[in-house]
Amino acid sequence: MSARDEVLSRVRQALGADRTTPDEVVRDYRQTDGRPAGDPELLELLVDRVEDYRATVLRCSPAEVGATVRAALYQGLGAGWAAGDVVVAPGLAENWRPAGCDVDDDRPAVQLADRAASVTAVAVAIAETGTLVLDGSPACGRRALSLLPDCLVCVVTADQVVGSVPEGLARLDPLRPLTMVSGPSATSDIELQRVEGVHGPRTLLVVLAG
Amino acid sequence: MTATVPPKAPTFLGLPTAPRGVGHLRGDQSFPDAARGALRDGQLRANLGHATSTIRGKRAKVVDELPDWAQLREAGRALKAATMARLDEHLEELERQVTARGGVVHWARDANEANEIVTRLVQATGTTEVVKVKSMATQEIGLNEALEAAGLDVFETDLAELIVQLGEDKPSHILVPAIHKNRAEIREIFARTIPGVDPDLTDDPRQLAMAARTHLRERFLRARVAVSGANFAVAETGTLTVVESEGNGRMCLTLPETLITVMGIEKVVPTWRDLEVFLQLLPRSSTGERMNPYTSTWAGVTPGDGPQEFHLVLLDNGRTAVLADEVGREALHCIRCSACLNVCPVYERAGGHSYGSVYPGPIGAVLSPMLTGVEDNASLPYASSLCGACYDVCPVAIDIPSILVHLRAEHVEAQERPTAEAVAFRGLSKVMSHPRLWHLAQRASRLGRLIARGRPTLPNALPPPVSGWTRSRDLPTPPKETFVESWVREHGS
Repeated sequence: MSARDEVLSRVRQALGADRTTPDEVVRDYRQTDGRPAGDPELLELLVDRVEDYRATVLRCSPAEVGATVRAALYQGLGAGWAAGDVVVAPGLAENWRPAGCDVDDDRPAVQLADRAASVTAVAVAIAETGTLVLDGSPACGRRALSLLPDCLVCVVTADQVVGSVPEGLARLDPLRPLTMVSGPSATSDIELQRVEGVHGPRTLLVVLAG
Repeated sequence: MTATVPPKAPTFLGLPTAPRGVGHLRGDQSFPDAARGALRDGQLRANLGHATSTIRGKRAKVVDELPDWAQLREAGRALKAATMARLDEHLEELERQVTARGGVVHWARDANEANEIVTRLVQATGTTEVVKVKSMATQEIGLNEALEAAGLDVFETDLAELIVQLGEDKPSHILVPAIHKNRAEIREIFARTIPGVDPDLTDDPRQLAMAARTHLRERFLRARVAVSGANFAVAETGTLTVVESEGNGRMCLTLPETLITVMGIEKVVPTWRDLEVFLQLLPRSSTGERMNPYTSTWAGVTPGDGPQEFHLVLLDNGRTAVLADEVGREALHCIRCSACLNVCPVYERAGGHSYGSVYPGPIGAVLSPMLTGVEDNASLPYASSLCGACYDVCPVAIDIPSILVHLRAEHVEAQERPTAEAVAFRGLSKVMSHPRLWHLAQRASRLGRLIARGRPTLPNALPPPVSGWTRSRDLPTPPKETFVESWVREHGS
């Protein structure tokens, strides 16, 4: 018998012919936050939760995203930052990109480690947990883009901000490669003391438009 | 040196348990013997006390924040129970979906078979280096040893696993494997083992984390094969999930050409929507965060993004034997958050190494004996005071105390000859059912006052078979008079 057939046969033997009917799963936990996506209170909550992870949030109007991205890069990289050190997702809106920046293409992923910062959009943001989700779409870029440069700038628009985890997951496509980001990379492995910045980007800046 | 063939592992209801001679589910010593050394290690107790009290406080704060925690917990429990009842169907669906999206699914009856599969897959790529994401399943089966025996270099990339690997130590906690080490000890390990490390490295956790970043950066960038575990696998979509903090997981899941994921068969969940429950329960219970820094999900292979070759190894290694136990199968619901370790008064004092298995603490005390057969880990079901704190914090409401009692009963019933304890309790039962014998015995117990010589407890070093009871318990010195005697003295008969 193949390993596959044997493991499956063991499972059936363990459960027996007369399987107990499992309890019905009752989903009486909060499905929605109650506030619609983009509600001003949700934006406030998102800012609070993201800053709690020691990330930085810069708020702006939808028309000011480009200038605010540049301000974020200034803050993350210092006064001497150059657009050539910044790589952006290929589908990032033109007017969000710093002039002269590098645009990700099909180069080997490890070459992205040469860039100081990356700029991406997000697919959804979950206010209650301060979570940004990138879904590998052209605006979010491939996974390595938001991983290798040491400074990550994510642009979130108000309509992308939902209240709860169930609302966030419902907006996502589980067939795409997803990355949920809640603050900069961190570890609690030494005496359970949280230290921000290990292998992923050590600096996370969020531009919240709207 | 002659190679010894380990005896065949025992079976439960005809289903094989995890084989002997491979992996890390069995210790060299019984729990009380192993714990004795740990209890004398003041540094270890201080490190554990500090770390577990910190994490308990953080967990309590973020759990209290959710008004629907009880409902989420009950949904998590029910989801796991429903999944187990149809486990074969969910595994077949998972296999279909992963295959449809370009992944290759392998099945492993036990640790040996899983190790062989992974070794063969790594060798087929022609590389000799493997980077690893922290994974309990690969610890359980001793994958690193198997790969190293095949001449491959294995690099653990989680900070705590790196500390354990560099220190040639063993993990002692599910979430924080180096919880038994403090910052000064970790600084010493890094200074001694990392080539070219800054000699001025201090014991500041930030500096230590940066030293690990520098040490591993090049390895990540040149790695061609990674091995990971999985926290969840969604059957309906074939979506795998890894929950982590540092970004080492993302490096391994994203940069190499080949990804091999080893996953216990109980990690499957039926639908994508089920993650809305578990992604709320897990981070709050484990690190005490609203959400862990990084969660990665992927379904098969995505052209132009991440590994272009993906293998999923589905591991039994005793899990079907656990599933066959109608009381014990709840232990398979565990999502490896480690909240039960952090609240356990026994774990906090004895430490993870005393359990002898990669699964320590309350969940380990039930899971390890069931995976190996209770006779191979016979002391673990007793490594608990049955206080119930583990059950209270478990995010999927596993009734660990009841399983412990169930396993104790199973162990006792498996004894062919009566134990000294059984004989003693039979004698006690006879004495307690005859008032005259009882009074006599109570008066006789006063002899214990002579042995105690004025101390509040009797000495622990009593001769066998009494030592079996006293070596891990304090017996109070018998009082001068019994309750009945003092009643008669004060109130008359």
